[in-house]
Amino acid sequence: MTPERRSFTLDSTLETVDNAEQAASEIAAENGFGEEEVLQIAMAVREAAVNAVLHGNAYDPAKKVSLDFERTAGDLVITIRDQGKGLDPAKIPDPLAPENLLKTSGRGIFLIRSFMDDVQINPSTAGTEIKLIKHVHGPAADGKEASQ
Amino acid sequence: MTLKTSTRQVDGVNIVDCSGRITLGEGSVVLRDQVRDLLSKGQNKILLNLADVTYIDSSGIGELVSAFTTVRNNGGELKLLNLTKKVHDLLQITKLYTVFDIKDDEASAIASFPK
Repeated sequence: MTPERRSFTLDSTLETVDNAEQAASEIAAENGFGEEEVLQIAMAVREAAVNAVLHGNAYDPAKKVSLDFERTAGDLVITIRDQGKGLDPAKIPDPLAPENLLKTSGRGIFLIRSFMDDVQINPSTAGTEIKLIKHVHGPAADGKEASQ
Repeated sequence: MTLKTSTRQVDGVNIVDCSGRITLGEGSVVLRDQVRDLLSKGQNKILLNLADVTYIDSSGIGELVSAFTTVRNNGGELKLLNLTKKVHDLLQITKLYTVFDIKDDEASAIASFPK
């Protein structure tokens, strides 16, 4: 039986990004998502972890990234928190605007929004919390594992 | 699996065969170093063969854009060859599909570079 909630506290390192992606991939698969959706969820978590480690905590070894996976009746809810200065979503430029197309960064939040059903960004002076929500479809939607 | 590259030259075009992941950190650095190495040798016709690239994140996309503009600023051209569906889809949703010159046949890709 898949636990309803799993939590991780991670260092502000590049290894954290890979570990977060791996955990997301495994948990999404356990919760019955198809291959394409597993990839999307894992990539969204990777991008959120990159933001937390680089832009939030700025690789500060004293700061941690927390990663929570919660399975509700209809959703997989993933929450990533950093201890940085807080990301203002209003200040994120549109990466699809012609003047930004050739920029070498700034696509992470866009990709997260593209891959998840709902994204909530909650900045504060204590850091940024980003909540990634993917609706559960098919046989896994009643809260049981697809393989059961 | 991080990124591995090898280069070969056909009709004056430098084909960089890439395999693995182009992601934040080592994967992006490997690609950047490879392109800079070619440019430092005066080689500015570059075809990135991405057939065996299994994954690209937003940093990897940024590295592709950086390589594209760096080569262009050096008077050359950088084109992409053999995108997997995953990479193709990413370039489509980021609208970069219209920016890059993307090929799916090596011979015609080579022929498309100026002589």
